[in-house]
Amino acid sequence: MIVLFYLAAGIALISTICVILQSNIVHALIYLILSLLAVAIIFFLLGAPFAAVLEAIVYAGAIMVLFLFVIMMLNMGQHSVDQEKSWAGPRVFIVPALMATILLAQFLNVLSDYSFDLVPTEIGVMQVSSLLFGPYVLAVELASILLLAGLVSAYHLAKK
Amino acid sequence: MQFEVGSALSIGSILLTVIVVAAMLIWVERRLLSLWQERLGPNRVGPFGLLQVVADMIKIFTKEDWVPPFADKLSFVLAPTVIMIVILLSFSVVPFAPGVGVIDSNIGVLFVLAMASLGAYSVMLGGLSSDNKYALLGSLRAAAQMVSYEVFMGISILGVVALAGSFNLREIVLAQADGSWFVIPQFIGFVIFLIAGVAESHRLPFDIPEAEQEIVAGYHTEYSGMKFGMFFVGEYLGLVLISSLITVLFFGGWMGPFLPPIVWFAIKASMFIAFFILLRAAIPRPRYDQLMTYGWLVLLPLSLVNLMVTGAIILSTQ
Repeated sequence: MIVLFYLAAGIALISTICVILQSNIVHALIYLILSLLAVAIIFFLLGAPFAAVLEAIVYAGAIMVLFLFVIMMLNMGQHSVDQEKSWAGPRVFIVPALMATILLAQFLNVLSDYSFDLVPTEIGVMQVSSLLFGPYVLAVELASILLLAGLVSAYHLAKK
Repeated sequence: MQFEVGSALSIGSILLTVIVVAAMLIWVERRLLSLWQERLGPNRVGPFGLLQVVADMIKIFTKEDWVPPFADKLSFVLAPTVIMIVILLSFSVVPFAPGVGVIDSNIGVLFVLAMASLGAYSVMLGGLSSDNKYALLGSLRAAAQMVSYEVFMGISILGVVALAGSFNLREIVLAQADGSWFVIPQFIGFVIFLIAGVAESHRLPFDIPEAEQEIVAGYHTEYSGMKFGMFFVGEYLGLVLISSLITVLFFGGWMGPFLPPIVWFAIKASMFIAFFILLRAAIPRPRYDQLMTYGWLVLLPLSLVNLMVTGAIILSTQ
């Protein structure tokens, strides 16, 4: 269990770094999918199978497919790789690295106060849904209104 | 060693059976098609031409496995493996008989849907990395088709999930134990799932992503040797998977009188495989825009109405 967790976490970390450093956009996307699937495995190991499978269906299976779909429409060739390489020099990484270090320091500081003897309990689909349609029903309805608005406006914009 | 869920014997025999059946389907399909078209079909190699598959395999293994110099190597090699991996993984949650299965997952149905949506990468990466306009056109079609039909596929089986009260495929079979197969209350769901299943595995008549007459061979135009073989066997694996899923979700899985459970499962699944092959022989390919319009304007509203009516009936009888 713990070995699987560290394996998935390692894959997620390395592939996310690869997403940033990769100048070929299709390869970057493949690494991003790999990272999302690794995060799904982490969710599963933490006892949230529903969140894990939704991560795989929605993020890896739907949103990334649309990303790839758009990339297929744009004519990305060697020139885009070269352009990306010329943009992503070492100087670009200074400020983001600094900010990431600050975040990491904060994160470690917060985490150091917690003890780590928690045992993951599996929360099934039933429990998640009874919470979603019980106390959190307002949030679900608001999200559905937002999505409907997005859908209608996308339809309107595409018709022009 | 005996059969129980998750034992090495169970896993090994499922893996072997599924792959052998998928490979044998190449021969079955050609023989059945020729039967319906009043031809003979492959009948030279071995008894009834049974060894045709072996001959084909030897040929495909010894062919040159060529990666075009202009292709993107990583995604070109990755693409055919994706389809094999996701479909074989989907079989892990399918309950074949009591005690025969790889895992009893509480998210079985969702897992199958997740794997089906990951399968779209295979055709997309294959077409995109080939750097060939026919391949690109094919994978554009495939991507749009698979993303759209995934939606109805998911919604169409939610009625069954609501009736059985579980995402676990084994519990869905057990919920049909009294002989009340879900195909009767969920007939609309069954028809939509069947159509979406054909579109997901992009078999004829919905093989628009690889329509030979228009775009050579679609997304696998540049593939040869064993990489093409993986796409080819992957398609038949998808056919076996869809047939097994229909059996489990709508036709009571392994349930049946007299014969052993696994035989019932095999009989039901083979019926659907034969039906899919008959579809190929009987129905011409629609135009691409017809397929998409039909999906979004007919199947989506129908599956939503089906789900709402099912939910209302379940609530009113409680």
